[in-house]
Amino acid sequence: MEMAEIQDMAKTMRHKILEISHTCNLSAHLGGGLSMVDIMAVLYGRVLRYEPKNPRWRNRDRFILSKGHGVLGYYSALLASGVIDEATYKTFQTNESDLIAHPVMNLDLGIESSNGSLGQGLSMGIGIALAAKKKQCDFNVYVYMGDGECNEGSVWEAVMSAAQLGLDNLTAIVDYNKLQSDGDARQIIDFADLAGKFKSFGWDTREINGHEISQIVDAFESPRDHALPRVLVAHTIKGKGVSFMENNNEWHHNRLTKANYDLAIAELGLGVDGVRS
Amino acid sequence: MSIFEINPSNARQWSRIGSRGVFGQAILAVAENHPELMVLSADLGNSSGLDRFKKTYPAQFLNIGIAEQNMIGVASGLAKEGYNVFATSFAPFITMRAAEQVRMNLGYMGMNVKAVAIGSGVSMAFLGNSHYGIEDAAIMRAIPNITVVCPADCSEIFKTVQAAAKFKGPMYIRLTGAVGNPPIYTEEYCFEIGKAIVLAEPAEVTFIATGSMVYESIEAAKLLEKSGVRAGVINMHTIKPLDVRALELALQASKLIVTVEEHSIIGGLGGAVAEYKTAKVNAPPQLILGLPDSFDVTGDYRYLLEKHGLISSKISERVLSVLRDSLVADSSTNSMVDEVL
Repeated sequence: MEMAEIQDMAKTMRHKILEISHTCNLSAHLGGGLSMVDIMAVLYGRVLRYEPKNPRWRNRDRFILSKGHGVLGYYSALLASGVIDEATYKTFQTNESDLIAHPVMNLDLGIESSNGSLGQGLSMGIGIALAAKKKQCDFNVYVYMGDGECNEGSVWEAVMSAAQLGLDNLTAIVDYNKLQSDGDARQIIDFADLAGKFKSFGWDTREINGHEISQIVDAFESPRDHALPRVLVAHTIKGKGVSFMENNNEWHHNRLTKANYDLAIAELGLGVDGVRS
Repeated sequence: MSIFEINPSNARQWSRIGSRGVFGQAILAVAENHPELMVLSADLGNSSGLDRFKKTYPAQFLNIGIAEQNMIGVASGLAKEGYNVFATSFAPFITMRAAEQVRMNLGYMGMNVKAVAIGSGVSMAFLGNSHYGIEDAAIMRAIPNITVVCPADCSEIFKTVQAAAKFKGPMYIRLTGAVGNPPIYTEEYCFEIGKAIVLAEPAEVTFIATGSMVYESIEAAKLLEKSGVRAGVINMHTIKPLDVRALELALQASKLIVTVEEHSIIGGLGGAVAEYKTAKVNAPPQLILGLPDSFDVTGDYRYLLEKHGLISSKISERVLSVLRDSLVADSSTNSMVDEVL
């Protein structure tokens, strides 16, 4: 997918996120879902190797959403790329749905693992990447994390381990939106130079603007210097794309009323029915 | 004759090596026929009897570092891609430090990982309560999907490891006992996960025991016989799922059920049996023998077992005293139940 198409995909994903957040009539993790959209569009539009109609394909790249509450950024990417259909998408947060507020492992829906408890996905990603090496499979593993998630000590166990094992088939993304559940991350655990921390742990580290498609593409596609695991420390804006949600932690987990939905949709340059105006 | 065959000579030798060394031998034996086997350790490979394994199968061994949480996640990623993974550490570290990783990966996602606790119970002796496995079975048993197995002696460690390597699904294997624990099984026998083994037919009193306490229960039953009390013994090596068919036989035959385990009296085998029994009308009362609900003093292994009444003589004395009390109370009252529970 070329840059313009990825941009369109991101716009579609934002629209679908707003739509489902409104129609489900329940609170949802909007802020952290929206901050993921551009990176997820690059991943599912260009970087990941997968077959939308054959989600169990043995040689698919593995994607793990370690910041499990970011499902809106995940499910909307699965929808936009044709892995799941509209009818499935619409079951979000309904009784007995496969698509709840944290991912539930379901290979037929392209969901590799169950998450929701922070600080666990990178370890599983390491195990998968190690298995790929041992079995000489050439698929890659992508683990999407949050900056708040990096408060968990288990993340750093995994960071040390991946470097030790030289897993150059593993890429982590840290969605560095600098807000966590209770507010300003700098007031809670201030990572400051988060990229520097990963670098000092022996990772191939790229620091990017997580909303600039070309930068994201380049960070994923540029060759690695050494056989190291790679991390993209992506500076992002929580709630990206909707002005009243951006950097406003009230939208960490909130319900989208009709009035706010209409406002948000208008900002995306879409009519109320989602058609571009 | 295989060096892994259960016979009197091997059983004696394994007893001298102890549960850790035997676990190492068992995993070595299994690796021959399981190329997908991976063994992970959180920097306790040598303490877990795995030194020979890591020399023989270096590509199938990984010391992940002193990081149990990461170990369980990595084990699960490997399992997800088809590896048959044994992740090992000491009981508190693998069940409590990494409890939530176990819950998410083994429980929730059902990953085919065998979590193995080396030296559970109080066999860590002077290393103290930080290293004891007091609550591990209770915690693992409460997590959905996880099979919990506690082999009775070194022969049964072989059986368990062999069965676990073929078993598809998450499992917690709890090794109890110290170097020199006497063997129970000195001949080949049939072992099946989830199927209890009746060692002495259920009788007036029936012991339902697990791990190191199976041997003590057999010996206690012999002592009771001398006092004119017939006692059955069931080796409940699989604590979850509980073999309720075997348990039913005991409930029907016995006036008193005695559960015995090298684990807290809360939530282990005793708890599992009590949970099942509580809905049964006219079920016999139950004496729950195990480690106290406390962080008690430390000492050598035999000292601790004796102090907590977990040796055959103390077990039989305790049973006789309960039976005496129930006679005094006569059959017209339920005081025996009160006394026991």
